[in-house]
Amino acid sequence: MTRKQTRMAAIFAGLGFLVIAATVALTALEDNIVFFRSPSELAVTPVAPGTVLRIGGLVSEGSVTRDGLRASFEVTDLSETIAVTYEGMLPDLFREGQGVVAEGRFDGYGVFVADTVLAKHDETYMPPEVADALKASGKWVPANEAEGVR
Amino acid sequence: MIAEIGHFVLVMAFGVALVQAFVPLWALYRGQSYGRFLAKRAAQLQVVLLAVSFAALTYGFLRSDFSLVIVYANSHEAKPWIYKFAGVWGNHEGSMLLWTLILAAYGAFFAQRSLALPDRFATMVLVVQGWLGSAFLAFLLFTSNPFARLLPAPFAGRGLTPILQDPALAAHPPLLYAGYVGFSMSFAFAIAVLTTDQPSRDWAKWMRPWILAAWIFLTLGIALGSFWAYYELGWGGFWFWDPVENASLMPWLSGTALLHSALVAERRDTLKRWTLLLAILTFSLSLAGTFLVRSGVLTSVHAFANDPERGVFILAILALFTGGALALYGRYLPRLSEDRSFAPVSREGLLLANNIFLAAATMTVFIGTIYPLVLDALNLGKISVGAPYFNTVFGPLTLPFIILLPLGPLLTWQAGKLIAPINGLLIAALASLLVVLGLWITQAGVPLIALLLIGGAIWLTLGALADLAQRLRPYGWQILRQPWRLPATAFSAPLAHAGLAIMIIGVIGASMWQSETVVAAKAGETMEVAGRQLRFDGVREVEGPNYQAEQGQISYLSGPHKGKVLLPERRFYQAERGQTTEAAITSDISGHLYAVIGEAVAEKRVLRLWFHPLVALIWIGALLMALGGSFALRARMSKSGQGAA
Repeated sequence: MTRKQTRMAAIFAGLGFLVIAATVALTALEDNIVFFRSPSELAVTPVAPGTVLRIGGLVSEGSVTRDGLRASFEVTDLSETIAVTYEGMLPDLFREGQGVVAEGRFDGYGVFVADTVLAKHDETYMPPEVADALKASGKWVPANEAEGVR
Repeated sequence: MIAEIGHFVLVMAFGVALVQAFVPLWALYRGQSYGRFLAKRAAQLQVVLLAVSFAALTYGFLRSDFSLVIVYANSHEAKPWIYKFAGVWGNHEGSMLLWTLILAAYGAFFAQRSLALPDRFATMVLVVQGWLGSAFLAFLLFTSNPFARLLPAPFAGRGLTPILQDPALAAHPPLLYAGYVGFSMSFAFAIAVLTTDQPSRDWAKWMRPWILAAWIFLTLGIALGSFWAYYELGWGGFWFWDPVENASLMPWLSGTALLHSALVAERRDTLKRWTLLLAILTFSLSLAGTFLVRSGVLTSVHAFANDPERGVFILAILALFTGGALALYGRYLPRLSEDRSFAPVSREGLLLANNIFLAAATMTVFIGTIYPLVLDALNLGKISVGAPYFNTVFGPLTLPFIILLPLGPLLTWQAGKLIAPINGLLIAALASLLVVLGLWITQAGVPLIALLLIGGAIWLTLGALADLAQRLRPYGWQILRQPWRLPATAFSAPLAHAGLAIMIIGVIGASMWQSETVVAAKAGETMEVAGRQLRFDGVREVEGPNYQAEQGQISYLSGPHKGKVLLPERRFYQAERGQTTEAAITSDISGHLYAVIGEAVAEKRVLRLWFHPLVALIWIGALLMALGGSFALRARMSKSGQGAA
């Protein structure tokens, strides 16, 4: 083979490898993406029990009850509400009335069983998903936004 | 007044950067010789001006001058001084000022050290630094002025987000930025190579120390960030595949590829085009990282609420520099001399394979990070791509990478003759396979890929030792008699490669064999974690400098730590109205016992306890990699100091 041919062969081998890697990556991606749904979206199009998804909104005032390690609460975008249970340690800034994102799945009775609960890290930061969910439900308070800049 | 001086010199620095960006170019075009002198002086003046500006902002923070918006928003009188200082870059504006200061420092350092480089080449590097400086100073002045005033001045500040009040987090951004911004140098070199007729063949040699410096800083910065997340967030993990972590991992992966391909370009005058492309892309990924963190498009630990206007500005800078550089790349590439050929199985061949793997790894991280953003931007739904994706893809990518890696240094350049005894390699391979087999028999339920990776890591360690032996062979007994006289370069690659192996063992150990217990315990209750008997003694109130804390006490009842206590805390920061979890960690040779306390439930207390086996190896491995890098850099610096550059 001439030098040029060798080089072309090397380039194609490299590209071929990258294509294979990309295919593997995209397949893995397909199996591992997690959709985010707001309470209002779920009220219109429910998700089958067992499907992993993320939900987000505000923790409803007065909804948190605890029983040992088990916490139950409601997540709302101020027009629709979802019942959530979580077993384990809730994050530092988990509070009634504050934004929260939970990842988990619905059981057969419409209760969302969370594996992880993420709360914001300081009092003025609102997870963008939650802000968008509130905006979509028309309950976004612009005063929050002014606060949210910092 | 001090703040006005800071603002004023910042505007001056912008002017100087503009001069540095364009006037020397005009001089080059006209064939006049003042260009280099001017560029050098401008680079030096710029760093002085920016240092003054940075000092002025620091003064504002230390004095708690709440008439400055960012001091008001990110600081508080009651904060310890070290966090007032670190607060300078604990916010958007200040951290971007630090970014430009580091950029200018690299430029000035280059101006100082580049005396032996040809005029045209050195001038072009400084001109590119001038472009970058102008762009980022414009960004700072027009969208993110750190010296904006708030009148009348409030009496108290709002404080720094409590999780950022931590020594590791004080050092994390400067290290990370020194890494990101360091790749601007290899970027500038690439542009200078592309825009010079018949560039000297030594360009890769000139470029390497700068790549090394940036790579070392980035390695340390990422490791420190991961360590901070491990003990401060209280989630017990060391890497979350969070988009912002990924944003720093991408330039690290492609920077590692660049480090190795530049070595080939320097020694063998081949892979030059690929090296230039990597130099451009690595800095683009650094800019993309800055964009992802600073634009607020991400939900993550780092997602500080931000102004979309800033995101658009950084995106424009990113598009301009990447697009411009790639256009130059396409236009001027044919000017480079032909590459030298080499056998597929040779040191060059294996370094090329290393580059392909690293490029593939960069690409998979890129896909997983960008895909959710693209879907969201196109309104196709909100998704998140989590750890399972990255773990699925990274295992199969890492395994062949670390199997091939040790062979590279043990093959000669070009012809690819093996320089280590073949029997030794076979024994090493056999030993690694035996370890895998032994683990496979004893550790049911652990995925095979994890065991294979451990075997690969052992193979990699043995390979690094063989490489070291090979490099030290010519020195004979001097190894024992005068070890300090041995050349630093002999240790660089073996240390870095062994560091990677150690890190992999730590990652697999901590992910596969960790055990976790969550309990709600009354004071006096006992529990067992990973074979260790523990007792929860109760909670007391503790007063910190600017926080109150609930401190739990957990005692060891058995084992080597008997009598010791763990003191995890929950801290409440009054001024910031925030809260943090301080994990308590007992470290020994087998791993970390990691304890966190949660909220009170009736008269009980939620406790979360982990045992993370071998987890410290992750950061020890990263330190070894950085150490290996600095050995290589030291050898390089002393060489160029002799005027060889």
